[in-house]
Amino acid sequence: MNTQPTKGKNVANHSRRKFLLDSARAAGAASLVALGVGLYSRQAVSLPAGAIRPPGALDEKDFLGACVRCGLCVRDCPYDTLKLAKFGDSGGVATGTPYFTARDIPCEMCEDIPCVKACPTGALDHSLEDIDDARMGLAVLIDEENCLNFQGLRCDVCYRVCPVIDKAITLEMRHNVRSGKHALFIPTVHSDHCTGCGKCERSCVLETTAIRVMPFELAKGELGHHYRWGWKEKNRAGESLVAPDVEHRYNLPQGQSYDIEGEGLIMNQGKDPASSDSPFSSNPLDTLNRNSLNDGSNGSLSKQGGTRK
Amino acid sequence: MSRALHPGADAVQQKGRLAANKWLLARRGSQLSILFLFLLGPWFGVWIVTGNLNSSLVLDVLPLTDPYILLQSLVAGHVPELSAITGALIVTAFYVLVGGRVYCSWICPVNMITDAAQWLREQFKISGASSLSRKTRYWILAFTFILSIVTGSIVWEIINPVSMLHRGLIFGMGLAWIIVLGVFLLDLLVSRRAWCSHLCPVGAFYSLLGNNSLIRMRADNREACDDCMDCFMVCPEQQVIRTALKAINGAGPVITSSNCTNCGRCIDVCAKDVFHFGLRLNNKVNNDVSDSNKFSDKTVTS
Repeated sequence: MNTQPTKGKNVANHSRRKFLLDSARAAGAASLVALGVGLYSRQAVSLPAGAIRPPGALDEKDFLGACVRCGLCVRDCPYDTLKLAKFGDSGGVATGTPYFTARDIPCEMCEDIPCVKACPTGALDHSLEDIDDARMGLAVLIDEENCLNFQGLRCDVCYRVCPVIDKAITLEMRHNVRSGKHALFIPTVHSDHCTGCGKCERSCVLETTAIRVMPFELAKGELGHHYRWGWKEKNRAGESLVAPDVEHRYNLPQGQSYDIEGEGLIMNQGKDPASSDSPFSSNPLDTLNRNSLNDGSNGSLSKQGGTRK
Repeated sequence: MSRALHPGADAVQQKGRLAANKWLLARRGSQLSILFLFLLGPWFGVWIVTGNLNSSLVLDVLPLTDPYILLQSLVAGHVPELSAITGALIVTAFYVLVGGRVYCSWICPVNMITDAAQWLREQFKISGASSLSRKTRYWILAFTFILSIVTGSIVWEIINPVSMLHRGLIFGMGLAWIIVLGVFLLDLLVSRRAWCSHLCPVGAFYSLLGNNSLIRMRADNREACDDCMDCFMVCPEQQVIRTALKAINGAGPVITSSNCTNCGRCIDVCAKDVFHFGLRLNNKVNNDVSDSNKFSDKTVTS
């Protein structure tokens, strides 16, 4: 009679021990898996430069928490632009997430943005209603050495194909130093209008494109947060913020003045140079020549002559 | 009580080959036709179902979203659009009703891989005993949520073989076959039913979802059991049968464990027609001690 409860206790002890051991083992195995996956996931948080997210995609970090990798955006893209990243061969795009390669098929910037509408989770932000507000990336003219326009040729293809022409890309005229007499028309991307659609990258005539859409964090610099552009602050405030502007003084012949923000050199303000009160000729060279001939005996260089004695 | 060459041999003799495999065939039919529905679009341009198991759109109106992945997204800090929430609620309601792990045995494409591994395992009589606990999957499930919280991204999707296989078949496999092969070899060589019944957090999640599901396997005819062990041999979650079948602690005839996948294989292989699908209601025996079956899972391990 006495052995029965003891046996029961032993069994209970044994099963409790087994339960604890099992649990510990399970937890151990699971944490190993979790550790591996966690470490592996650290590698996949940044989007590789060659891959572009669809329009409206959240910041990469938020995107990876929001995208359920369903591919509905891919299916609704009428131009087969979008692809789902495959495990292992997509250059580091998180597996199953949508992206496109501009050089293959760029985004055609559909006005009704079907990919965004198709997204069930909002990883592609549904508040994007005007495709011109999309910021998939930023085009960067990355190779000035090979860009034909930088050599003075009139390729202009990236500029011509841009869906936001004259806003996202403009041609800026510069002097062509090489020929000495021609102009360069430099394709210049403006980040406040470029959607990152990649049509410029797609159509660059070079063997390897000179202009590329890149993720913003690669394409854009950032000012020191304390830094202000003086002229912008001055414009905004209506006056200089540091100290009253010192009036510029120019050592100009009488009758001439200089307007730094406007006309530049202003001559004589209506006076006839011949009838001037000035002892100097209107041609500065006359003054210089006279001094060298007279050995500095009079006039404007007297101070210099004095030190010479 | 003659030991058959393989489980189900008696049933084949008794019921005929077709009837002794009807639930298995139905299951394969379900798995393949669901996969086929998804493939109709990319293969033939017939878009009945778009997307994949993570989230899909049926006939351009009905959204379906995997509640597990949406929950990970939620704890990662993203509030989803209404479409995904609706989809997840529909899916959740379905599995709460029919049993969460119906997903595993009737829909998940990995089940065909692991069933193949198990079949080969039996053919080649590979018997690697493992000390892997069936609770490991719940720990992994917990860790997938913790990792999502910590990293702010849906971490499990990086290696999830379930979505990788399904997405791979529909959108292009890449090197995902390596992971699928890994699961196959694990089940074939390392441990019996290692993936689906020990490790997979998707199955673990769905088992929790269907914890009180209405449709359950029942052993109402358990008096007829001749202890041939065939059901036990074929069951991917062997621990779930015994309580109900042997009325342990006066348990009722319903297999209440949420890890029963409702695959119906036990019905197929039983020559005595012990099992059938039914509701979880009426789980009473003559005496009123059926409550104790709640803890009965612990009595049998792996």
